[in-house]
Parts: sequence; structure tokens; C-alpha cells
Amino acid sequence: MAVFPWHSRNRNYKAEFASCRLEAVPLEFGDYHPLKPITKFSSQVTESKTKKVNRKGSTSSTSSSSSSSVVDPLSSVLDGTDPLSMFAATADPAALAAAMDSSRRKRDRDDNSVVGSDFEPWTNKRGEILARYTTTEKLSINLFMGSEKGKAGTATLAMSEKVRTRLEELDDFEEGSQKELLNLTQQDYVNRIEELNQSLKDAWASDQKVKALKIVIQCSKLLSDTSVIQFYPSKFVLITDILDTFGKLVYERIFSMCVDSRSVLPDHFSPENANDTAKETCLNWFFKIASIRELIPRFYVEASILKCNKFLSKTGISECLPRLTCMIRGIGDPLVSVYARAYLCRVGMEVAPHLKETLNKNFFDFLLTFKQIHGDTVQNQLVVQGVELPSYLPLYPPAMDWIFQCISYHAPEALLTEMMERCKKLGNNALLLNSVMSAFRAEFIATRSMDFIGMIKECDESGFPKHLLFRSLGLNLALADPPESDRLQILNEAWKVITKLKNPQDYINCAEVWVEYTCKHFTKREVNTVLADVIKHMTPDRAFEDSYPQLQLIIKKVIAHFHDFSVLFSVEKFLPFLDMFQKESVRVEVCKCIMDAFIKHQQEPTKDPVILNALLHVCKTMHDSVNALTLEDEKRMLSYLINGFIKMVSFGRDFEQQLSFYVESRSMFCNLEPVLVQLIHSVNRLAMETRKVMKGNHSRKTAAFVRACVAYCFITIPSLAGIFTRLNLYLHSGQVALANQCLSQADAFFKAAISLVPEVPKMINIDGKMRPSESFLLEFLCNFFSTLLIVPDHPEHGVLFLVRELLNVIQDYTWEDNSDEKIRIYTCVLHLLSAMSQETYLYHIDKVDSNDSLYGGDSKFLAENNKLCETVMAQILEHLKTLAKDEVKTLEYIKKQSKQPDMTHLTELALRLPLQTRT
Amino acid sequence: MGTALDIKIKRANKVYHAGEVLSGVVVISSKDSVQHQGVSLTMEGTVNLQLSAKSVGVFEAFYNSVKPIQIINSTIEMVKPGKFPSGKTEIPFEFPLHLKGNKVLYETYHGVFVNIQYTLRCDMKRSLLAKDLTKTCEFIVHSAPQKGKFTPSPVDFTITPETLQNVKERALLPKFLLRGHLNSTNCVITQPLTGELVVESSEAAIRSVELQLVRVETCGEGRATRPGACLSPSTATLTFHGCAEGYARDATEIQNIQIADGDVCRGLSVPIYMVFPRLFTCPTLETTNFKVEFEVNIVVLLHPDHLITENFPLKLCRI
Repeated sequence: MAVFPWHSRNRNYKAEFASCRLEAVPLEFGDYHPLKPITKFSSQVTESKTKKVNRKGSTSSTSSSSSSSVVDPLSSVLDGTDPLSMFAATADPAALAAAMDSSRRKRDRDDNSVVGSDFEPWTNKRGEILARYTTTEKLSINLFMGSEKGKAGTATLAMSEKVRTRLEELDDFEEGSQKELLNLTQQDYVNRIEELNQSLKDAWASDQKVKALKIVIQCSKLLSDTSVIQFYPSKFVLITDILDTFGKLVYERIFSMCVDSRSVLPDHFSPENANDTAKETCLNWFFKIASIRELIPRFYVEASILKCNKFLSKTGISECLPRLTCMIRGIGDPLVSVYARAYLCRVGMEVAPHLKETLNKNFFDFLLTFKQIHGDTVQNQLVVQGVELPSYLPLYPPAMDWIFQCISYHAPEALLTEMMERCKKLGNNALLLNSVMSAFRAEFIATRSMDFIGMIKECDESGFPKHLLFRSLGLNLALADPPESDRLQILNEAWKVITKLKNPQDYINCAEVWVEYTCKHFTKREVNTVLADVIKHMTPDRAFEDSYPQLQLIIKKVIAHFHDFSVLFSVEKFLPFLDMFQKESVRVEVCKCIMDAFIKHQQEPTKDPVILNALLHVCKTMHDSVNALTLEDEKRMLSYLINGFIKMVSFGRDFEQQLSFYVESRSMFCNLEPVLVQLIHSVNRLAMETRKVMKGNHSRKTAAFVRACVAYCFITIPSLAGIFTRLNLYLHSGQVALANQCLSQADAFFKAAISLVPEVPKMINIDGKMRPSESFLLEFLCNFFSTLLIVPDHPEHGVLFLVRELLNVIQDYTWEDNSDEKIRIYTCVLHLLSAMSQETYLYHIDKVDSNDSLYGGDSKFLAENNKLCETVMAQILEHLKTLAKDEVKTLEYIKKQSKQPDMTHLTELALRLPLQTRT
Repeated sequence: MGTALDIKIKRANKVYHAGEVLSGVVVISSKDSVQHQGVSLTMEGTVNLQLSAKSVGVFEAFYNSVKPIQIINSTIEMVKPGKFPSGKTEIPFEFPLHLKGNKVLYETYHGVFVNIQYTLRCDMKRSLLAKDLTKTCEFIVHSAPQKGKFTPSPVDFTITPETLQNVKERALLPKFLLRGHLNSTNCVITQPLTGELVVESSEAAIRSVELQLVRVETCGEGRATRPGACLSPSTATLTFHGCAEGYARDATEIQNIQIADGDVCRGLSVPIYMVFPRLFTCPTLETTNFKVEFEVNIVVLLHPDHLITENFPLKLCRI
């Protein structure tokens, strides 16, 4: 095979650069420039006149556009007319209808009620109640499980009997299947109710209105049964869901009867608009319900369709509500009655929120019957069920809070004061006080904090624990501020009581709330005291183990209020507090919170030893949680947090200290690759920083320091797993070493990189997908070549030893069959070698003599260089020959290639080739 | 399916008064055309009286069963024999509610021993091969408002062990004091019965307080007095014998409405409220042949097993 001698073209980079560069035309102030209006637009909108004049003078074709002001094409996208949203708006009628529907529904809601968004809706409470009165109350599960698991004796037997009969009643409208309803667990019960809800809907859909009514009656009947009293609040929630469904179905059905083909009833209709059939149907429902025998179902079912009164008369609802309120007086059981009141208030608020008197009447009626809670009937019932008063009374707050909340919503101050006075008259009962505090406006409570503390102190406890009262007060104080002068006294008074609580659970529930108040209004001294007190209470018997969520909340609140971490860590008890988190998962969670806050709030780099020590400890904890089972995502998250910390540490001009910090960090965080990568980058940055300080001229001392940095990188990189991470870091660190005149170190980096290339696998894993690595390798090698141009040859090695070594590696690397990658790389090598044969190189590193000055255009060097080129050239030609072997294939290949935009010159070749073969 | 016959009365609530015109349409719907021998419409109003077997014995009840009293009966021919086209055919009708002679249009009432019912019946005669079609539809008659001013008649009551009659062992009774009032025993049938009840004191826990609405139907002429009674809870029927031979007076429950459930708060008034059910009540009616009267019992159940009732005769009217 013929050898093609290679001669590089001599280039004068300076002259080329000068000739290639576009001529810079200075822009006079008034001249038009297409980019100019963008900046102008934002700053001087009013100056449209001058702009117009300016544009007249310009020759640019854009001036032909008719709009008077040029709008930034990017910002115009943002004004809502971008093609995507336009498409979405026009192309999807269903979505459009849905959107309109929802907006209409929203308007419905807004119109029908004056209740604003500041009223906490029932749906918020629902979940809370279900969570609180089912899962934590084990007793109720037992009771539903049947007699054998409950207490022995006739009482339980009677109870399960009762449950059975109730459930049999429940099943009356369906055949069979009563037996399975025995011994229901709570979950079964919940499922069963859900089934009933469904069968109600089904019955309605299949036009079995009577069956639907029966289901609703049977369900509301369950509400008169208090046999498993701890479950009652949840039962209420479940069953009123069914009632709500029913109410909605009836209303919608009657509403639809008023709608004939021509007209739709407006949202605010008057009874005259409803037609006779609708009215008659509505009346029928009310007559049917009025004849329900039992009080409680009759009440609930009528309340559920309260809204339907709108069809009959304008005053219907306002007449019904007081009557239903009075009707509740007939309910003997105080718990059942207070929940009935809560339901009525709920329906009332929904349908006619302006009728405040009903709400008040309910409240006052409730106060009148309040004494019943301590009456004989209730006490006897509790004895039978084996329930203590302290666990019975907390069944009231969900209903009471709701009633109180409804009343206090937008209520005048005077009414609230009156209500408070009324409660006081009833001997300051703790239960009432608690509901007042949880339902009234926080501001109202906060301004009277001292009064409340007084009331709490002297109130008659009667089974309702005082710590719950302090908790409620604390919740208010977290939302609203008490008068400045009272603040310290409030804290003292409250904490005096809290600290005396014996039960760690009670204590922590209370303390957790008050930490917020303390953080908000006091300094680290008070917070420290509070934390110390918490530690003192929670340490004995490892009580903290049961209260991790609360302790976590405390930490979160403290962090939220102390953005200055030097202050935070100077709170002596903060770190001891952290030590209470002994379960690893929780501990890591807390550490994450702290680091998150640090990254968010720390503005300035820091070298504060207190912060460093504490946060290193925190980061170490996070790092140490990593094990073989840790998810990638979790690792990434932890790395992000630790990196955030590392970036924020700066010892200023004390570079050695900085390096030793990085050394320490490396030993601490060796399991997280991204952290190591960050450290290498940081150390490289440190070296460059040093160079900058020394303005490129290293002293003996700084030279040694820089070498230490380089050494750090050199020994850290091999511990990384990602092959391209390593390659790029070698290259990058080599460049840094070169910049700092550490020539032999740089050589070492480059050699390491070269020796690593054969290890590059064919496929690599990127974001969980296997991809061919060749394109990455190509990219890296091109980058590498650019650096190799300026790397000076080692005096003891041959000419261009690094390039030769790299070429050998490339030669031996097993490339994909029929791939051009190798040849592509060879052409890049040709570029490199040609650049190397120039008299002066394209770029240099300050204070590093590259080969151009080393060899000074020595002919031997050039000859060597050219020989290398010839070898590479031969390889390329060889490849072309294999391609030529199959002519058709080659032709096809060339044709294919010529279609690519930058390969058009091949078109001509493709045309010529067939001709050649013919001749 | 074949041919369907339906009557649609114009008023949604189907309520008419004497002298008014009952109007509506008869709807014939069929896939094919219908051959018929004429369509007629009959309006009928009857009082059905039945003697209770309990009061007179099975045989006598059979023997003495009273013939229905006809109030109104008239027929009009709507369509002469012919053919209806396929699809839906609507034939409007108007029927004046006029009575012959001195007969009275009693109000519709569905009871046990007395039933006052008005129906419209549409008959379509067909040839021998096809069955005749009939559709019946009830309409409701309300009597004209009663003349004269309505005067409420409030009643106050107090119930203690001492006020009770019919007590077996007064000593065994727990002490209690119930007070209350009914706003009026003269009731407008469209308005609810209202009042208040206060449990001032009671040694025994209260289980339930109920309002029992009772109809008292007399066929022929009867006399009876109804004392307050303290009965065992199982005594639910309130039947007793009429006095005159061959005539019977029977009291039966229409509905029972609970107004208090459980041990209600002492000293707090519980509302008495009951809606009179439609069809099952009518203005108190007294004729030569039969009587329909109403009463209400306030029934109090005490723990463990005491049943106290207090009876109030009512007079219902329509204004």
C-alpha cells in the first residue's frame, strides 16, 4: 500500500483570526438594533414616539412589521397565547366543558353561600376525626370483634347482641348475609358503610327511591346506638357522608324536574319557578320523612334534605331550622344530641349560613343540657361499657368544636364575649373552655391569654385533662400574638403547668405546641430552657421512642425560627436534643431538615467552628445511614445536601485550613460519590484560587501547597466508580495541574486517563437505561486532544509520547464493527497533529512552554510528527478500502451520508462513483 | 308490548274540590293501530264500611257487612267505536264534580273500617278476540273549607302517678312529674299538631316519649269513653267494643311518632310536633251511617317497663 507523505499546512492564526472576524461597527446611540427594543421596552414604555423615529431610519427588514412596538418573542409566549395553551383551549371541547362546569359549580358555591374560603370546611375535619377515633382506639375494634375479646360478663354479651340486632336491622332491606356482620372489625364496619353508600347510589340510579330512603333511615338509626361509644365520632362521620349523598341526590332530582327542555332554573330560583310536579314530589318526601317513627332517623333524614325547602317556600329553611333545633332536645343521650347539633349546624352553614340564630340557639340549648354529661344515665352507661370519664369526654370536642366554629365565624366580638361568659357561668368547665379555644379566632384568644390561663387554672377539671387545655391555648398563640407585656408571664405560667405533667405523651403533646410560641417571641436562652426541659422529661425510660413525630416537629419549629445557624448551635441543648433521635431513619430525617434549612437560609460562606462541627456531625449521620439498600434517589438527595454544606464552607485566605477541611470531609463522606466529585472540584478550585492570589507566580510554599492539592485529587479519583467521571476528572485535574506548573503531576493525570480508556465498557448505564458509550468516548477524546496540544513533552520520553500512547490505546480498543467512530477519532488526531506542527500554537498556558517553544520548529520533531500523521492516514485509507470492497454498499453509504446537511460535498462523489465502476 | 292505556290528571297533586272540573287526558299508546268498540270514562266515589270481626264476630261481620255507599257515579263515552292510529293518542276530558240531590262529597280517607275513595276508570271495549282494556286512577277530593271562625283550643296537662287511672299497683310506680300543653286540640289538617312537654322530674330514666295518632271509626252509632290508662307495654291495640248492637266503634293506630329518645334533660321543654299524614286523615266526619274521629295519645315509656299514656281527642278541620 502506498504511503502518502503528510505535510501540514502552515497557518498564521493571528492573521486568520483577523481576517475571519466580523468587522465591528460601533453603534451610535440613536441607531436601530434588533436587540435594543427588548431592553428599552421594559425600561421606557412611554417613549414610543422616539422609538418610531428611530426605526424609520433603520434599514432592517423587521421595520416592515406593522405593529407599533416590537415585542420580545420570548415574553409574548408567556402572555397565555402560546400554541400549546391555545390548542388546549380550542381542541378539547370536553375539557372545555369540564372547565366551564367546574367554574359554574364554583360560582354556585360562591353564590349560594356567604361562607368564604376562610371557613374551615367539614371535609378538613372529617379525616382528622376518622384517624383519631378509629386507629388509635383499640377498644372499639375489640368491641366489634365480638364478645370473647371484650371483657367477660353479661355486659359485653348484651352489647354484642345489640350490635347484632342493629346490624340485622341494617340488613333488613336485603336478604340474608346478617351472619357475616357479626364480630365486625372496625375496618369491616367502615367497608360495610361504604357499601351501603354505594347501594344507596345504585338504588337511586335504578329508580328504587323507597329502598334508598330505607337505607338512609337504617343508617341514621345506627346513630342512636352508643354501644361502642369510642367509635361514635367516626361512625357519625361515616353515616353523615351517606346522608350528604342522599340529600344531594334528592335535591338534584327535584331540581332536574324543574328543568324542562326550554329553560334551566337559575341558581337563585324562587319557589314560584318550581313547577307543580317538582313541588308535589318534594312535599311527598317531607310527608314521608315526617312519618318516620323514630326520632333520630327522622331528624337526620329531614336535616339532610333541608335544602329542598327552597322548592316549597322562601321561608321554608328559616322555619325548619329552629324546629329541628328544638327537636334535638328530645334526644336524651348528650353525646348523640351534640353530634346531631353538629350535623344541623353543618347543613345550616351549607344551605343558609346567614341564619345565625339557629346556630346560637343550638349552642345555648347545648349549654342547657350540658349538665347531663355528669348525670346518672351517662355514668351508668360508662360503667357498663367500662369507659373512664377522661376517655369519654374527648369524644365531645369534634362536635363541639364544629358548633363553636360555625358560631364564631365572622361573629361580632360581643357575641364571643357573651359566649365566653356563659361558659364561665357553667363553672368554667374544661370541656367548654377547650372548645372555645379551638374554635374561636386565634386573635380573640391571644389577646385574652392571661384570662384564659386564669380560667384554665381554676376550672373544674372533671375528667377533662388540663394539658389539653394548655395545648389548645398554645395552638392559638402560635397563630396570633398576645400583648407584648404579657408574653413572658404567659410562657412562665403555661410552662409551670406543662413541666409538671407526669405522662411523657401528655407532656410532649403540650410542649410541642408551646415550642412554637417560645421560638417566636423569645431568645435562644428561653428556647434552650425549653429544650432542656423536654430532654429532661423524655429521657427517662426512653420515652422519646414513642414521640418521634412530636420531637421532630419541635426541631422543625426551632429551625424555622432560627435562621442564623451560629445562634442555633450556640443553643446548648440543641445537639443533646438531637441525640434523642436514636432510631436511624428518624435521625436522618431530622438531619435532612436541618441541612435543608441551612442551604436555604445560609447566605454567606462560613468558617464558624461551632457550625462546622455541628453540621459535620449532622452530615456524617446522614452519610453513615447509607448502606447497600439505600435507594439511588435517597443517595442523590443526601449528596445534594452534603454538597450544599461543603460549598458553604470557606476559611477565606487560610487555604491550608480549607484543604485540611476537604481532607477531613473526604474521609467522612467516602461512600457518596457525588460528594467526592464535589470535593475534587473544590480542591481544584482551591488550587486555581491560589494561583490567582499569587498571580501565576508560585512561591516555594504555594507551589508545595498546590502540589498537595493535586495529590489530593490524584489519590481521590481512583476511588470513584463512574468511568467517565474518572476520565473527565483526570483530564480536568491534569489541566489544573498544568496551569499550576506541576508538569510531572499533569503527565501522571494524563497517563492515568490514557490507561483508563481501555476499560471503557461498550454500554453504560445512564439514568437506569443502557446506552452505547462510544459517543461519550468520542467527546472525551476530542476534549483530551485539545489539551494534549499544549502538554509539553517529557525530556526522558520520546517525542509526543502521550499522543503515541493514546493512539496505541485507541488502536487496541475494541470498536463496534463497521463503525466510523475510530476513523472519526483518527481524523481528530490529524487535526491535533497538524496543529502541533505549527510554528506557534493556537493557545498556550501561561508560564508553561508547550512543544512549539520547546522544539522551536525543529525539523526532526516535524518529521516525527509527519510520520505519525502518515500512519494515521494509512489507517483511515484502510478503512475506506474496506468500505470500497462492497461498492454498492459504499455507494449507498456515501449517498446516505450525503443527505446529512454538512456532507453535501459527498453528493458529487456519489454521482461520480458509478461511472468509475462502469469504466 | 301491546296497547297501553293511561289516565293523566292535570293537577300534579290530584286534589279537587266539589264543583270543580276534573280535567286531564287519556293516553292510548300502541305500536300498531288499535281497533276498538268504544272508550268510556267513569267517575266513581264510594264509602266502604266494614265491620270489625273483633267487635261483632266473624259471622256477624260477614252477615252485617254494610253495602258500600255510593257518593258519585257517572260515565261518559269518550270515543265511538273505531280505530286509533299507531303511536300515541291523547284524548282530553273534563268531568265536572257535581253531586245529585243532597249528597255530600266527603273528603278522601283511607282507613281500616271506613274507606272513602274516588276513582276515574277508563274502559276500552274491544272485539271478542282482544281483551277489554281498563285503567283505574285515584283522584283526591278535599272538602270545602269549613265555615265559621277557627278557634284554637289549648290544653294544659300534668301527668303524675296520681293522675293515672287503670293502675294495678300504684305503689310500684316511680315518682314523676310531666307537664305540658297542646297548642290546640282543634287542628287544621294541613298544620301540624304542636305543643310542648317538660319532664320536670322523674325517678326512673325515660326511655322514650311518643305521639300516637289514633283513628276512631264508628260504623253506625257508637258511644265510648276513653280513659287515660297505664298499661303494660305489650298492649298495643286499642280496640274495644261498641255499645249499640250491630254497630262497632274501633280505635286503631295511624302512626306513632317518637319525640324523645332516651333520658331527656329535666326541665327542658321537648317540642310536640306531628304532621297529619295525607289520605290517612281527614276532617273529623260524622254522618248518619259512620263516623271518623281522631285522637292523640302521649305515650311515655319509663325504665324498666312502665307505659304511661294520656289521651286527647282531636277535632280536625280544613280551613
